[in-house]
Amino acid sequence: MLGATVTGLALAPQRSRADDTSPAPAPAAPVRSAEAVDIVLQVNGSPLPLTVEPRTSLLDALREQAGLNGTKKGCDRGSCGACTVHVDGRRVVSCLTLAVRAQGKAITTIEGLAVNGTLHPVQAAFVAQDGFQCGYCTPGQIMSAVALIEEGHAGSDAEIRSWMSGNICRCGAYPNIVAAIRDAAQEG
Amino acid sequence: MASIGKPIDRVDGHLKVTGRATYAAEFALPGLVHAVLVQSTIAAGKITGFDLAAAQSMPGVLLIITPDNALRLPTGKGGSQPVKGPLLQDHDVVFNGQHVAVVVADTLDRALAAAARVKVQYRRDEAVTDMDAVLAQAYVPKSFRNGARPADSRRGDPDTAYQAAFAKLDATYVTPIEHHNPMEPHATIARWEGDRLTVWTATQGISTAQRTLAGHFGIDPAQVRVICPFVGGGFGCKGNTWPPVTLAAMAAKMTGRPVKLVLTRAQMFTSNGYRPRTVQKIRAAAETDGALQSLRHDGFNLTSQAMLGEFSEPVALASEFLYACPNVAVSHKVVATNMSLPTYMRAPGEASGMFALESAIDELAATVRMDPLAFRMRNYAENDAHEGKPYASKALMACYTQGARAFGWEGRAAGTRATRDGNVLVGWGMATATYPTNRQSAAARVRIGADGSVLVQSGTQDLGTGTYTVMSQVAADALGVPVSRIRFELGDSALPHAPVSGGSSTVPSVAPAVAAACAAAAGKLRDMARADPQLGWGDVDASSLQVQDGAVIGPDRRIGIAALLARHGQSSVEAVAESGPGDEKKRFSLHAFGAHFVEVRVDAELGEIRVARYVGAFDIGRTLNAKTARSQLIGGITYGIGMALLEETHVDGETGRIVNANIAEYLVPVHADVPAIETILVENQESRSNPLGVKGAGELPMVGVAAAIANAVYHATGVRVRKVPIRIEDVLGSA
Amino acid sequence: MQSFTLAAPNGLDAATDAGGRGGRYIAGGTDLLQLAKDNVETPDRLIDLEPLPLTDITVTDDSLRLGAMARMSEVAAHPAVVARWPVISQALLASASPQIRNMGTIGGNLLQRTRCGYFRDTGFACNKRVPGSGCPAREGENRMLAILGTSEHCIASHASDLAVALIVLEASVDLRAPDGTTRTIPLAELHKLPGDTPHVETTLRPGELITAVAVPASRAGMRSHYLKVRDRASFEFALVSAAVAIDAGAGTVHDIRVAAGGVGTKPWRLPEVEEALRGHPLTPKTLADAAALAGQGATPATQNGFKQVLLRRAVLRALQTATA
Repeated sequence: MLGATVTGLALAPQRSRADDTSPAPAPAAPVRSAEAVDIVLQVNGSPLPLTVEPRTSLLDALREQAGLNGTKKGCDRGSCGACTVHVDGRRVVSCLTLAVRAQGKAITTIEGLAVNGTLHPVQAAFVAQDGFQCGYCTPGQIMSAVALIEEGHAGSDAEIRSWMSGNICRCGAYPNIVAAIRDAAQEG
Repeated sequence: MASIGKPIDRVDGHLKVTGRATYAAEFALPGLVHAVLVQSTIAAGKITGFDLAAAQSMPGVLLIITPDNALRLPTGKGGSQPVKGPLLQDHDVVFNGQHVAVVVADTLDRALAAAARVKVQYRRDEAVTDMDAVLAQAYVPKSFRNGARPADSRRGDPDTAYQAAFAKLDATYVTPIEHHNPMEPHATIARWEGDRLTVWTATQGISTAQRTLAGHFGIDPAQVRVICPFVGGGFGCKGNTWPPVTLAAMAAKMTGRPVKLVLTRAQMFTSNGYRPRTVQKIRAAAETDGALQSLRHDGFNLTSQAMLGEFSEPVALASEFLYACPNVAVSHKVVATNMSLPTYMRAPGEASGMFALESAIDELAATVRMDPLAFRMRNYAENDAHEGKPYASKALMACYTQGARAFGWEGRAAGTRATRDGNVLVGWGMATATYPTNRQSAAARVRIGADGSVLVQSGTQDLGTGTYTVMSQVAADALGVPVSRIRFELGDSALPHAPVSGGSSTVPSVAPAVAAACAAAAGKLRDMARADPQLGWGDVDASSLQVQDGAVIGPDRRIGIAALLARHGQSSVEAVAESGPGDEKKRFSLHAFGAHFVEVRVDAELGEIRVARYVGAFDIGRTLNAKTARSQLIGGITYGIGMALLEETHVDGETGRIVNANIAEYLVPVHADVPAIETILVENQESRSNPLGVKGAGELPMVGVAAAIANAVYHATGVRVRKVPIRIEDVLGSA
Repeated sequence: MQSFTLAAPNGLDAATDAGGRGGRYIAGGTDLLQLAKDNVETPDRLIDLEPLPLTDITVTDDSLRLGAMARMSEVAAHPAVVARWPVISQALLASASPQIRNMGTIGGNLLQRTRCGYFRDTGFACNKRVPGSGCPAREGENRMLAILGTSEHCIASHASDLAVALIVLEASVDLRAPDGTTRTIPLAELHKLPGDTPHVETTLRPGELITAVAVPASRAGMRSHYLKVRDRASFEFALVSAAVAIDAGAGTVHDIRVAAGGVGTKPWRLPEVEEALRGHPLTPKTLADAAALAGQGATPATQNGFKQVLLRRAVLRALQTATA
C-alpha cells in the first residue's frame, strides 16, 4: 500500500536547553543565548513560565507553547493586526514582539478580557452587532478596540475607522465592528 | 416562537469573542512537531539536486522530505479532486513557488529556519508567465462546468444584429489575479494511528478532504477522519484539498509523529489557488430606445499547466440570461501558463464576468443617453431566455426600485463630472447582481433527549457564514423549541455527510436536511405517542399531533417528551434524513438577484478614489437570520470594494514569481476604506427554488460591486476604466 | 528566521561597544523582524536598545529633541509637536497602523528598509540584498518604486514618511560611535543614493548608533503640512507624499522647504520648487508654477511614469493646504 522508504533523521529531543555557557558575550552586555532560555511572562495577571529562543515571537510563545490560541496569526509580519495584544496597556502586534523582550511587562490577551465569565463591554457589543463572521480576526479587533476606546479615539465613526485600520477583517464586518465600538464607547 | 428570519445573535459568538473558538492549527496533540514547506524559485524546469547538509544539521530538525525520499503515493487515486499536485512525486517544476520540499522540526522556529537553508538546484526551462502574450493559444476548456454544458452558446444572430443596431459597443475588460487571503492561513494537523489518519484542517469541505486523502494514501475513506469546527475564512481557497494537506499527512506518516503544517502568508499565494486573470471581449448593441439587440461575451482566463489540472472561469454565463436580448453568444477559453492552479474565489465567474457585463451595459446606456437604471429596466428579462424557463422567483425589479429609492437615485445628474465638492468629484453608479442558486444532497441527524435538549449534526462547515446559527434556527422551528435548546455540530467527517461549502449552497443544501431530520424525529415521537395505549391517540391522525415546547400535543392534552420517552424505556429519539435536489432545475431557472448603488468621491487632482456611500438591495429568497444575512451582504460588498479599487497580485514577468505575496502590498480593504453600508432584503417568500426558499447570500453581494464602482468613477470623472483595480493613475488625466 | 542572541546592554557604552563588535541594534523591531522572518536579514547578534535612556522628547524655545527610542505614537501625540511641528505628527499618523506606531521608534523609522518586493523576497535577484545579482525591478513590477535618485543598479523607493517630514524641518541626527565619540549630521546627509552600491544605504559608520533627532524651531515649521497619497485609505506606504514647511508672512514667501516621499531612493528634497517660491509673493499662480517644477530629472521606470504628474499635484496641494 505505502511502498516507501523513509530516510528520516534521528528524532532529536523536543527542546534543548542551554545555560549561560554560550560563547563570548560583549563585556557588560549580558547575552541571552541563542538556545532556548527560561522566561516568565506576566499574562492576564498571572505569571507564565516559558522556555523560548530569543527569536521566538510573543505570538508563537503564546500559541505554540502556552496554548493561548486566542491570539491569532494572520500574516506574521505586522500587516493584519490579528495578533494584537496589550503590552503595558498599549496595543501592539505580538508577531513582531520578541517574547524575551516582553518580560517584566503586563501582557493582556483576549483570554484576559472577560472577568469571571462576564464579557467585556466590547466583547458583548461585538456579539450584539455581529462584528465578525469567521471570527479569526476578532480577538485582534477586540483588543485593538478596547485600546482605541481607552486612547480616546472613538469620537466619531470616521475616527474609529481610521484608528482601527491596523486590523484587517477579510469577511468585511467593518461597519458592524464600528457600530460595536461606538456602542461600547458610549456605554463606557 | 418562530426564530427563522429573526436577527438573533450567532450561537458561536461567545466562543469567537473570547478567543475560545478552536481553528485547525490550534489543537494540542502530545508530541506534535512542525512542518514547513520549501518552495521553488523558478517557474519551469527540473530539480537536479538538493543540498540539505546545512538544513539537516540544524537543531531540532527531524526530517526533510524531497521528491527523492517522499512517500510514493498511489497514482490516480485523488478522488474527483481537480487539484493533481504537486505532491513531491517527481522532480518537475511548473510554477514559481511550487512545493519542492518539506522540513520537519521540533519547534516552529527551528522548522522555519531550516527550511530557509534548504538549497535546491534546478535546470531551468522556458516559462510562460504572461497570459496576454499567448492569448492566441487559448483553447476551449476540456471540462467546462465539469462537462455539464458546453463552453459556448448562441441564440439568434448576434453579429448581424450588431451590424444593424443603432448604438454599438466593442470593448475589452480585464480583471487581474486576485488572492482570497482569508485571515486564517491554511493549516493542517495530521496524525496517524496505525493505518488510520486523523486530520484537523482548515477546509470548506471535510468530505472532499476525506475522500482526497483516502485516495492519496490508498486507504478507505472510513480510515480517514477530518475535523474542522471553525474556518477562519475561506472564500474558495479552502474548497479543494490542496497539496499541503496531503504533505502534512505524509510528514506525519514518515516521522511517526503528529505534524502541524501552517502556510506562511507568502505561501498562501502559491498553495491554494487564486482568482485567475481574465480578458473579456464584449460586443453589444442597442436601439435608440435602449432595447438590447445583440450581446457577445467572449471570456479568456489564465490557467496552469495541464498536469496540475485545469480551471475555467465561467465569466459569461450571466450574459446568457440577465437581460432580454434576442441575439446572444458567449464563449469561454483558457490560456495555459506557468502559474499555479487557479480556483474558485468568492462569486467565481460572476464576480469577474459581471464587472465586464455591467460596465458594458453602463456604457451602452450612456451611448443612448439613458439613465443606467432605466436602461436596465428597459431590458428586464421576465423569463430566462437561455434556458427557456421561468425563474423560480425573481425580485430584481423590487431590488432596483427599493435600492434606488433608499439611495436617492432619482437625483442623479445626467452627465459626467457634474458634481464637485471642493477638490472632489462625486459620482454615482449602479449595477445588477446575480448568482445561481445551487444545492446538493446533504444529510443530518437529530437526537432529542429526555431533558428536551436537541442535538443536530451534519458534516457541513461554518466559514463565518453562520451555519451553526441558522441551522439551529431551522431545527428550533421544526421542533418548536427555543434556539437555546439546540446544539448543532458540524465540521467532522464522522457526522452525516454534507457537501463542500461553496457556490452559496450550504444553506440551500443542509437546511432542508436538518428540517427533514427534525420532521422525522418528530414523526417518531408522534408515532410513539399514537402507539401509547394510555394516551388513547391510536385513532388520531398523525397530522393532528404537534411536537412543540418539549411535548407532543394532541387534540385533548399534551405529554412531555421526557415522560413519553421514559414510558417507552428510551433516553432519546433519533432520526437521520437526507435531502437532495428535486426537479426544480428542470422546471425553473434558479438565481438570486440584487442591485448595487454607490457614491464615489474622486480627488480631482490626486486621483484618490474613495467609496463614500453604499446601498445594496438583494433578493436572497427567504432570509433565515436577518443579522447574519446582513453580515454576509456587507462582507460581499466589502470584498467587491477590494476588487474594484485595491486587489491585484503582481507577477514578475521574467520569473513568474509573485512580487507582492504579503498582506501589506496585496491590498485588501481596511476599516477606513469602507463606509456605512445600507442593505435591503426584498421580500420574496417562495418554495420553488428549494423547500425552504433560500437562495444563498455568500457570493451574490460581491457580484456587480466592481462594475457599480467603475460606473460611479465614470460618472464622477468621465473616465471609463475597463479594468480593475481602478487606480489613481487611471483617473489622473481627468484633472 | 535564523537564530540570534539578544544582548541587553546596561548603558550606551555597552550598547555601542557591542555594536562595534558586529552586533545589530534592534529598536522597535517592526522592520528588522519582518526582514529576519523573510531571511532578508540574518543577524546573529542583536543589541536591545530598549533598556537605554533614549526615549525622551525634549522641547525648548528653539528646538525639539526626539530620543531615538521615542515611540512614533508618543511623538505624534505630543502637544508641542502637534502645535509647532505639525508635519511630524501628520507624517507619523499617516504611517503604518496604531499598533506599529506603538512599537516603532524614531531612530528605527529613519532606518527602515525599502518595501521593494524584489528586495524583500530572497527568491529574486536584488543588488541591494546581494550586490551584483541584478535589479529585476527595473523591467518588472515597479509601480511603487522610485523615479528620482535611481541608478541602473537600484530603483527602490525609501519608505519612511517621517524622514520626509524631518528633512523639510532641516533636522539633524545625533550619532554615537563604538569608541564613544559623537557627531551630529544633517538628516539630509544620512541616506545615500544607490549609485553602484545600493546595499550601502546610509552614511553611518560601523557600529554607529542614532541616539537622537534634533529639530530646530522655525516659523516655517509651525506652518508645515504632510500629504500622503495612496490607493488604500490607511495602512499603506506612500505612492507619493509631499511635506511642506513655509513662512509666508505678509504675502511673501520668506522661508520654504519642500520634500517628497514615495518618489525617491531617499527622502527627496525639492530645491527647484523652493527656489521658485523663495522671496516671491504667495499667490495661487506662484504656487502652481513652483509645484510644476517638482521632480526635475526624474527617470521613471516602466510602470511609474504617472508619479511625475502625481508628485507635482501632491506638492501643489500640500502648498495650498499649508498656506490656506
